[in-house]
Amino acid sequence: MGKYYLNYLDELESEAIFILREVWAQFENPVILFSGGKDSILVTHLAKKAFYPSKIPFPLMHVDTGHNFPETIKFRDDLIKELGAQLIVGSVQESIDQGRVKEEKGKNATRNALQITTLLDAIELNKVDCAIGGGRRDEEKARAKERFFSHRNDFGEWDPKNQRPELWNLLNGKQFEGEHFRAFPISNWTEMDVWNYIKKENISIPSLYFAHEREVVFRSNSWIPVSEYLKLEEGEKIEKKKIRFRTLGDITITGGIESDADTLEKIAEEVSAMRKTERGDRSDDKRSETAMEDRKRQGYF
Amino acid sequence: MEINNNQLLRFTTAGSVDDGKSTLIGRLLYDSKSIFEDQLESITSTSEKKGHDGVDLALFTDGLKDEREQGITIDVAYRYFTTPKRKFIIADTPGHIQYTRNMVTGASTANAALILIDARHGVIEQTKRHSFIASLLNIPHLIVCVNKMDLVDFSEDRFNEIISEFEEFSSKLLVKDIRFIPISALLGDNVVNRSENMHWYGGGTLLNILETLHISSDINKIDARFPVQTVLRPQSAEYRDYRGYAGRVASGIYRKGDEVAVLPSGFTSKIKSMNAGDKEIDEAYAPMSISMTLEDDIDVSRGDMIVRKNNQPEGEQEFDVMLCWLNNDSAQPRAKYTIMHTSNEQRAMIKNVVYKIDINSYNRNEEDKDLKMNDIARVTIRTTRRLMLDSYRDNRITGSIILIDENTNETVAAGMIV
Repeated sequence: MGKYYLNYLDELESEAIFILREVWAQFENPVILFSGGKDSILVTHLAKKAFYPSKIPFPLMHVDTGHNFPETIKFRDDLIKELGAQLIVGSVQESIDQGRVKEEKGKNATRNALQITTLLDAIELNKVDCAIGGGRRDEEKARAKERFFSHRNDFGEWDPKNQRPELWNLLNGKQFEGEHFRAFPISNWTEMDVWNYIKKENISIPSLYFAHEREVVFRSNSWIPVSEYLKLEEGEKIEKKKIRFRTLGDITITGGIESDADTLEKIAEEVSAMRKTERGDRSDDKRSETAMEDRKRQGYF
Repeated sequence: MEINNNQLLRFTTAGSVDDGKSTLIGRLLYDSKSIFEDQLESITSTSEKKGHDGVDLALFTDGLKDEREQGITIDVAYRYFTTPKRKFIIADTPGHIQYTRNMVTGASTANAALILIDARHGVIEQTKRHSFIASLLNIPHLIVCVNKMDLVDFSEDRFNEIISEFEEFSSKLLVKDIRFIPISALLGDNVVNRSENMHWYGGGTLLNILETLHISSDINKIDARFPVQTVLRPQSAEYRDYRGYAGRVASGIYRKGDEVAVLPSGFTSKIKSMNAGDKEIDEAYAPMSISMTLEDDIDVSRGDMIVRKNNQPEGEQEFDVMLCWLNNDSAQPRAKYTIMHTSNEQRAMIKNVVYKIDINSYNRNEEDKDLKMNDIARVTIRTTRRLMLDSYRDNRITGSIILIDENTNETVAAGMIV
């Protein structure tokens, strides 16, 4: 008799595919929230497998802060073309122009929190009843509490005290008009699992994840990329460094690390030796001890 | 870390508030080097602010604002760690008041349950309750951790005394595999590293037990059950007549060419092809997510179940379940609920409460018919159409149901088919 059990990566894959199919079966208008980062690329790859030989039967939705790495946008457009999928873009710049949100002031101003309004507007406008995200429970302590199917009220708020219990593989996606769900098919994956899987499946990811020469500025313990949005402060100087990014967010808040890892093998090796979490270099999480939870309560993904 | 061809083990922890559950999880993560520096810095500074001696590892598991402020744990959280041998998922369930609901939630997918006992107090009511729920939920492996051994001078006699206390009541339990291990979560004895203080203990450390538990047999490999989640109908010239039935194998093994029956219609056919993603496969087994096509063009949709022709589940419209009530609102007699069973959704009614279980004494109470939060009862359910059922003892996937309140959309109860 054969072994008849799955190794952990195959089991995580199978669980994620199960959840993606459950979303498709239970909701009318789901979308994949696509940021161009490795987690949303992974979710898209899993969706391709879940519905093969059909195309992914729902659109990808990008909440565009306007402060992107140019590489991310190119990667997004190439992938959309390859998949033959539909892309919905929610633009933070438009939300600002319409007066829906105000740009933050001060030296650490980012557009991170502004995404919430744009995301919720895009969800409402497109009548999205389930937004699939690449959130993982190992990322952050507030995310550790997240369900596969996460209910949001008609203000888009997450209430950690009012979550539906999830038992066995029975997912309850019932909702009232105006409410919506977030679904997290890769909840049980860790950063290392993601890299091991990307390596195993040879999934293409933006070049930003690989070590490359780049102009950067050293700020709050990490290398911030030079861009048109970066205002140099006193004493800061632009340097050329070989760096790579561990997570991809807005170009204004994503810190790179010095690295020589320019292949998937080397990245996996480097990540396994890391002594810091991947969000350790994200300034948006450092604003307060419960920064992520506070944003999630308001409707952040 | 590269894990070589290895399995995923899901476990849950149970114990009352002061048994050291959070400390044990913190210890497992810390000693297996799964806590990152920035996380450690954050709990170190919080420990200092609170005036604790040293780093309070328990802080690692309390993430939400209210939990930190009030020192309580809200609902289940999930933690992860990996060793060269396995990947682990911990369902971290709060130990206080809402124990039944939380434990049921955390335990439904677990391979193993860790039951914590304070070595000074021995087996208490809470220990019995937790063990009983673990047994009811058919968790295959129980690991009884006798904690705080440092407070009883690492006494072998005390440890043996607790084992006999436990064995006295556990003979009634249905769990097949029970292990005992003396630990100190606070000091790290026998958690990841062997204890220097308990040379008399010849067994493995807790991590070692978790790494070597035999879990391949936890899944039912006999009864082939394939609930259909959705039908794949590509709109392309290449796949004009393609109908792929997508789902996750709940149990058993399917092979290309197998004679199958589609339930509830009963039509039979043969498996023409199977796919895992874009790869064609000849064999599929639980818990693989696959799609299959059949030789004959028959009507199959979400909620149907594809099974082996000569091994079929019972089709029932009225059946008994052990029900755990999860909601603040009590059960309404004869009220209608939505019932979810695999991918099948119907309307259902609680026809009768047969008896309620007193989980302290295991006594059956046939008089009290009121189902409140955390109650466990045997009830008779009637559904609008037949469901394809297995008993929970045989199959945790096709033997489980949830009830959803149609007025609030909340999941109000979890049930195990008797």
